[in-house]
Amino acid sequence: MTKETSLEDRFQHYVDAENKIEPKDWMPEKYRKTLIRQISQHGHSEVVGMLPEANWLTRAPSLRRKVALLAKVQDEAGHGLYLYSAAETLGADRMDMVKDLLSGKAKYSSIFNYPTPSWADMGAIGWLVDGAAIANQVMLCRTSYGPYARAMVKICKEESFHQRQGYEIMISLANGTPTQRKMAQDALNRWWWPSLMMFGPTDDLSPNSAQSMKWKIKRKSNDELRQEFIDKTVPQAEYLGLSIPDKDLKWNEETKHYEHGEIEWTEFYDVIKGNGKCNKQRLIARNKAHDNGEWIREAANAYAKKQSERKKHQAA
Amino acid sequence: MSDKDNWKIWEVFIRSRNGLSHKHVGSLHAPDEEMAIKNARDVYTRRSEGISIWVCPSESITASSPDESEPLFTPADDKVYRHPTFYEIPDEIGHM
Amino acid sequence: MDTKLLEYTLRLGDNALILGQRLVEWCGHGPVLEQDIALSNIALDQLGQARMLLQYAAEQKGEGFTEDKLAFFRPEEEFKNALILELPNEDWGFTLARQFYFDTYNYFLYSELLKSSDENIKAIAQKAIKEISYHAQWSAEWIIRLGDGTEESHHRIQKSIDDLWEWTGELFTKDEIDLFAENDNIGPNLDVIKENWHEKVSQILEIATLKKPEAEWMQSGGKQGSHTEYLGFILAEMQSLPRMYPEANW
Repeated sequence: MTKETSLEDRFQHYVDAENKIEPKDWMPEKYRKTLIRQISQHGHSEVVGMLPEANWLTRAPSLRRKVALLAKVQDEAGHGLYLYSAAETLGADRMDMVKDLLSGKAKYSSIFNYPTPSWADMGAIGWLVDGAAIANQVMLCRTSYGPYARAMVKICKEESFHQRQGYEIMISLANGTPTQRKMAQDALNRWWWPSLMMFGPTDDLSPNSAQSMKWKIKRKSNDELRQEFIDKTVPQAEYLGLSIPDKDLKWNEETKHYEHGEIEWTEFYDVIKGNGKCNKQRLIARNKAHDNGEWIREAANAYAKKQSERKKHQAA
Repeated sequence: MSDKDNWKIWEVFIRSRNGLSHKHVGSLHAPDEEMAIKNARDVYTRRSEGISIWVCPSESITASSPDESEPLFTPADDKVYRHPTFYEIPDEIGHM
Repeated sequence: MDTKLLEYTLRLGDNALILGQRLVEWCGHGPVLEQDIALSNIALDQLGQARMLLQYAAEQKGEGFTEDKLAFFRPEEEFKNALILELPNEDWGFTLARQFYFDTYNYFLYSELLKSSDENIKAIAQKAIKEISYHAQWSAEWIIRLGDGTEESHHRIQKSIDDLWEWTGELFTKDEIDLFAENDNIGPNLDVIKENWHEKVSQILEIATLKKPEAEWMQSGGKQGSHTEYLGFILAEMQSLPRMYPEANW
């Protein structure tokens, strides 16, 4: 390699060779910015994602379901924390990231702007939304930025129970009374398409993807991940005896993949624009938690300061 | 930005069982060391991952710095054996 | 079936359940992620204890009873939790003040239950005491932080400490069930718990630069099944699904 080779080229070469980038390594400014944006959005999604499920914590229909759901929602707080920590290794400040979320400047996954009117939604979210998230997260375990990859490994390990938790709820409902079965089918109907949209726009309309793929931040395209998810999920729906709300869905014997119908993207963009049933409510809830917690955070800092001064005083 | 309510960052190290060293697991926020330990227990040992916790303020860690004029990654160039493609695996073995 | 033992078990179980139910309301709404996680851990511990105790109560009641039948199909007056646990969460300070009063009580109570003549209660206490010791330490530390933090936090936590005071007396007032437990060495003498509790609470409040309330009037009735208006709403919410579809399994 010649001396004239730019740092960017060397960086690319290094990444191409499947090496991980660590916090203090040189990196293109755009790589850093892309990561901070992606990781913090991912963190926000975990934190906002607590809300639709927390909605059922007080109403879980058995104590076993209640503790499982609580442990799951608590994990999401932990995952948000791991992700914010990973972004902090790039020089971002958690408080700044949180403020961007609260002001509406930062994005989070639109899926969490859908309401959870029924208990079956706890099943569908665990099964479909977490299923889709896992497809994405498994890929991210191999992302090129070390701290992000390590956070994802931890998250994937913990998430394995989340999807099982959700699917088990679906099994109980699908094998239950006619009303329960209807609840399950209704939840599948409502969550199926939004779950497919979680993977983002189709590859031809996903302008930022190419650079992210080149830097190996992203390792698979939106459409590839979506296809994996569909192939995995369709047989699981069949096992439940539920039908997927897509009349064009069919198995292609040649490609060995399922083909799906047209995705209604206008709905996706409507929710992104803020027109989902819960967009406002979710941000209000997060703002309230943050504002109501300010005096608590301040008091703890004030006490810590007093204590360290006392210690200094004692030592003197 | 006012940092009156912003808690400082701590690095967390956990010994998963006796016989092993403490290993860096991540970071968290806390106002003081007592709460940093408690937060570490709640955040990083929810699944009995550890029997001993160390925390230290991130700011007190001194790290070696890769020199920009000689990027840390140049040495990789002459170490092709680090690349998976350096090794020949028969096709029938599949992905490895 | 020993109705008094059952009653005693239900009191312990309902305390854990109703407090756990209140604490889960915080999940997703805590002041900072780390503390959201911490409080959820405590809620999980409480709910875990509730399940063990209600399973034991169901076993005593016999055929057809389960933890869920007890949690989801009993009416208000059959719940035997202390009133302090059904009060709304209010702000984080109020929740922690309640936690501090109750954890301290629970710590001394369960330390004694380790010696229970009832093998089941003893076994449950052995598991629970580890969790409760941690809760008691955690909430006491928070009271000190808030009391000796900022001027605002000092005033706010003092108010919560004061407002909750009248709901603490019930924890130590003996009735025939407590006397039965004491005489059969199932549970402790509540006078001793009361003395320990006052000593610990005074000590922590002093470190926290807070004033120990002096009001003498104390509310009572929860452990006999006579509740505030709040419990009805807790149950209406918690029990809604199983009651709407009593034939369903979840």
